[in-house]
Amino acid sequence: MLVSYKWLQEYVDLSGVSAEELGEKITKSGIEVEGVETLNEGLRGVVVGHVLECEKHPNAEKLNKTLVDIGAEEPVQIICGAPNVAKGQKVAVATVGAVLPGNFKIKKAKLRGEVSNGMICSLQELGIEAKLVAKEYSEGIFVFPEDTEVGQDALALLGRDDQILELGLTPNRADCLSMLGVGYEVGAILGKDVKLPEPAPTTASEKAADYIKVNVEAKEDNPLYVAKVIKNVKIGPSPLWMQSRLMAAGIRPHNNVVDITNYILLEYGQPLHAFDYDLLGSKEILVRRAKQGEEITTLDDAKRTLSEDHLVITNGTDPVALAGVMGGANSEVNADTTTVLLESAYFTGPVIRKSSKDHGLRSEASARYEKGVDPERVHPAAERAAELMAKYAGGEVLEGSVVADTLSVEPAVVSVTLEKINRVIGAEVSMQQVEDIFAKLKFESTVDNDTITVTVPTRRGDITIEEDLIEEVARLYGYDNVPKTLPIGASTPGKLSEYQQKRRLVRRFLEGAGLYQAVTYSLTSKDKATQYALEKRDPVELAMPMSEDRSLLRLSIVPQLLEVLKYNLARQTDSMAVYETGAVFLKQDGEDLPLEEEHLAAAVTGLWENHQWQGEKKPVDFYVVKGILEGMFAKLGLEDKIAFAAAEKDGMHPGRTAEVSLNGEVIGFVGQVHPTVQKDLDLKETYVFELNLKAVLEAGTEPLQYQAIPRYPSITRDIALVVDKNKTAAELQNIIVEVGGKLLKDVYVFDLYEGERMEEGKKSIAFSLKYFDPEKTLTDEDIAKTHEKVLKAVEEQAGATLRG
Amino acid sequence: MQERLKELQAEALEKVAQAADLKELNDIRVSYLGKKGPITEVLKGMGKLSPEERPKMGALANEVRDMISGAIEEKQITLEKAAVEKKLAAEKIDVTLPGRPVSEGNHHPLTRIIEEIEDLFIGMGYTVAEGPEVEKDYYNFEALNLPKGHPARDMQDSFYITEEILLRTHTSPVQARTMEARNGKGPVKIICPGKVYRRDNDDATHSHQFTQIEGLVIDENIRLSDLKGTLDVFAKKMFGADREIRLRPSFFPFTEPSVEMDISCKMCGGKGCGTCKGTGWIEILGAGMVHPNVLEMAGYDSKKYTGFAFGMGPERIAMLKYGVDDIRHFYTNDIRFLKQFSVTE
Ligand SMILES: [Zn+2]
Repeated sequence: MLVSYKWLQEYVDLSGVSAEELGEKITKSGIEVEGVETLNEGLRGVVVGHVLECEKHPNAEKLNKTLVDIGAEEPVQIICGAPNVAKGQKVAVATVGAVLPGNFKIKKAKLRGEVSNGMICSLQELGIEAKLVAKEYSEGIFVFPEDTEVGQDALALLGRDDQILELGLTPNRADCLSMLGVGYEVGAILGKDVKLPEPAPTTASEKAADYIKVNVEAKEDNPLYVAKVIKNVKIGPSPLWMQSRLMAAGIRPHNNVVDITNYILLEYGQPLHAFDYDLLGSKEILVRRAKQGEEITTLDDAKRTLSEDHLVITNGTDPVALAGVMGGANSEVNADTTTVLLESAYFTGPVIRKSSKDHGLRSEASARYEKGVDPERVHPAAERAAELMAKYAGGEVLEGSVVADTLSVEPAVVSVTLEKINRVIGAEVSMQQVEDIFAKLKFESTVDNDTITVTVPTRRGDITIEEDLIEEVARLYGYDNVPKTLPIGASTPGKLSEYQQKRRLVRRFLEGAGLYQAVTYSLTSKDKATQYALEKRDPVELAMPMSEDRSLLRLSIVPQLLEVLKYNLARQTDSMAVYETGAVFLKQDGEDLPLEEEHLAAAVTGLWENHQWQGEKKPVDFYVVKGILEGMFAKLGLEDKIAFAAAEKDGMHPGRTAEVSLNGEVIGFVGQVHPTVQKDLDLKETYVFELNLKAVLEAGTEPLQYQAIPRYPSITRDIALVVDKNKTAAELQNIIVEVGGKLLKDVYVFDLYEGERMEEGKKSIAFSLKYFDPEKTLTDEDIAKTHEKVLKAVEEQAGATLRG
Repeated sequence: MQERLKELQAEALEKVAQAADLKELNDIRVSYLGKKGPITEVLKGMGKLSPEERPKMGALANEVRDMISGAIEEKQITLEKAAVEKKLAAEKIDVTLPGRPVSEGNHHPLTRIIEEIEDLFIGMGYTVAEGPEVEKDYYNFEALNLPKGHPARDMQDSFYITEEILLRTHTSPVQARTMEARNGKGPVKIICPGKVYRRDNDDATHSHQFTQIEGLVIDENIRLSDLKGTLDVFAKKMFGADREIRLRPSFFPFTEPSVEMDISCKMCGGKGCGTCKGTGWIEILGAGMVHPNVLEMAGYDSKKYTGFAFGMGPERIAMLKYGVDDIRHFYTNDIRFLKQFSVTE
């Protein structure tokens, strides 16, 4: 809502309060003032001029040479390019020395050999938005009424010597979608009275009821309909001050009748509609739901197909307006209109909201109906508009209104105790202060002991329960006056859950290992949603996506991280390591909600070690990434429960991918991205992993138990085993561990040889075995038997021979 | 004999002085002081001397020996020192060359902000509650006093999956779920961080996916002043001890009264500047007293229990705190952006 500071003064005395101060006060006590704009900021030197002569420029087809009286001693010659300039007009002249928007300074100039002492201005040139300029002046200069006095300040005359407060209204404060509503709010803040317009009653020989009948079929949607008839109107421009106020509020002037309906909409917050009575085609108004497939052409010349969800005003048979949203073109007020049927109605929010949404049509009227108008302003708004039509359109208001009224309005009566007020606010407000606050709001109240009972005016439909009253007290008492305290009561232990603690541990570990945390989007494209998924499931799809690229929820994170690498590699980065933890979404049959599983994924490419001047560069490989995972599992105490096994997976290198299992269940994969995928994404060798993090973090771990520091030395035996190339280290190690039994404390691979000196199809893997007995110092003899058994077992079970 | 000893002494001292390295010095030691050395030779002739002269000569010989060995020792120290110095000189490196980098990654800036806020509230006795990102309309709206057709639903246009299922538009449904799970019992003290989604076109200030942290406290006798005090602690910890807060009335369907919290502008100290649009204040978060309908729907007796709730956007906080000018940076994951948040403040 755009509120004119000058206009507001008609309702509330603002003396001693500047627009800026007022803005701050309003913000602090209820409604955010998003800005205070000075309309004529940086503008000066524009006066009303009288075009005394106007002829074609001798050297330029499209220019005019004018002689303009600007109230100075001598008239000045001005060259003007506007097509509508003519002798006798009163116009806005930017004189030599004037400044226009954009710090455009007007100087004496020569145009095609002719002197020009200023500029005749269009409204746009004076800083008014083009969409707010009345159609007749949109392509040329603005013309003042004939009787306008020459030489006066044109900007003031156009109401530009004003400031506009831009209110950011929350949905509950629809009452401030009107100047009167803002007046009440400001009155409450400043402790001032509110002056209401008082429309004079009309007396006429004819009765409105003789001209029109009103029937409302859809009583629930339209519990109150008021029609007035104004005869003998003369359509023409509305007074300049009214046009100025409309433009300042963001509404384009049309003609006197339409401008008056818009003016009342701004003043009362009550939407009005004016029909050309003679174009109605009947003497009847019937309000009903539209028939399925019924059509109407609205004022914006759009043909709209209606349904039973929409409310229409008809002439008994055909729609003449889409109720509460926009009038019909068939009954539009036009230059030849002489009799106006004025509608002031109360439509309920939901039906208007539906119409507005279905037709993509939000008007000043529908915006107000959706949020709810004040039922008690329906009559006064109609009276006031009729009065203005008599005054500014020369009309004759017929006696009475034709009304269909099934509305029963009872103001809400709400009680609250002082104890409750102070218990919720945490302050010590007195009953006197509370009473004063409601008096300033112009709410009637009565006090009985500790209880105050408030009668809430219908304009404040947002107040229905005691908490609403507490809010009114709190905001006008002032939040600055509320003390700062901390909750008292039972203390609660603050902590992370075990899951959350472990998740932080995982993040720290990965970051310590050199990975950066990324956060990517959950919504993705159809192609990417299922790529690299751990489980084959259908993705969850949005009903109405904004774009194809963001239409489904991801089943995996790896595709998003590959995009991150692609983006960075295209920008002078050649090594990168990122990880992400986040939800993936698995559709579940028979369940409303998808299964949300927290995953951990990483993608690494380029150099892993890079010491520039020492020339040490090592690209990432499978074992780097696997090592990170092993380290992480060790940190979580899961190393003995995790296994890696060769696996094939779409999009992954067939020979360099492992699936990861936890207690025998596959929970993820690790490996190199398939070279064709790498190529498609312009990536070099890239390694990724993705795990079901939830499974990892929820896996039970053994309680931490101290192990005695060994008091006796251990014995180490190294063995190099020659095996078939396809034998895995894990197979051999499993045999060694099993046979090694209790004495074997530790075993690890310390060498791998697959070079030329090996027989075709063979490789050598060297293990280091550590034997240990916590009870005594082992001798060679003690371990000889076990070690023999190990060697025999690997030979028998894996065909391994000791390398000589 | 005496003269011979003197001669040997002079000769040996001369050689010691001339010795160029430790080997040469050792040779001198062996040749003069060894068992087959000239001094021993000389002493072999002692038998010829008278008993009175013998001790005298013996003393002299020892004196010469000591003198020579003393000189050798002294020289040895000098030579050793020189050798060490030579070695050190050879080992000199350019200490201005860069060290071997320890490559560590770091938190995403949003995680950094979220964890900082989590830790602050954990310290005040809160736990961290989480919930699904795909939600039921009931928890996302209805349980929060936003029935179907409520005009405030326009404020957060949503991504629906079916008519009843949508991507949550705030983390408030976690509050609704938590309250429901507590069966109308207090106290509740939680904060709920997480991803949320709204139908917005991505631009410098909008993102269809972003994060939120909401807090909820429910107990007997929770007051608006407790909310103000809590937010003051938060603001001072997060933005600096010299920052002031103010509450302004606002509207959220799930709280009544509702407020917005501003903090005093750091750039101008509250005088008004471009950053704060001339107001001296910067909007940080929305909050309020939990609406009685929300309490009742979750099974709380609103006559007995009151509560406060607040909600904020880590993106906005990160943008204000670090001066990030485009919200899309948080989701592009440009390494040049991510790397900037590894420093401890
Ligand atoms: Zn500032």
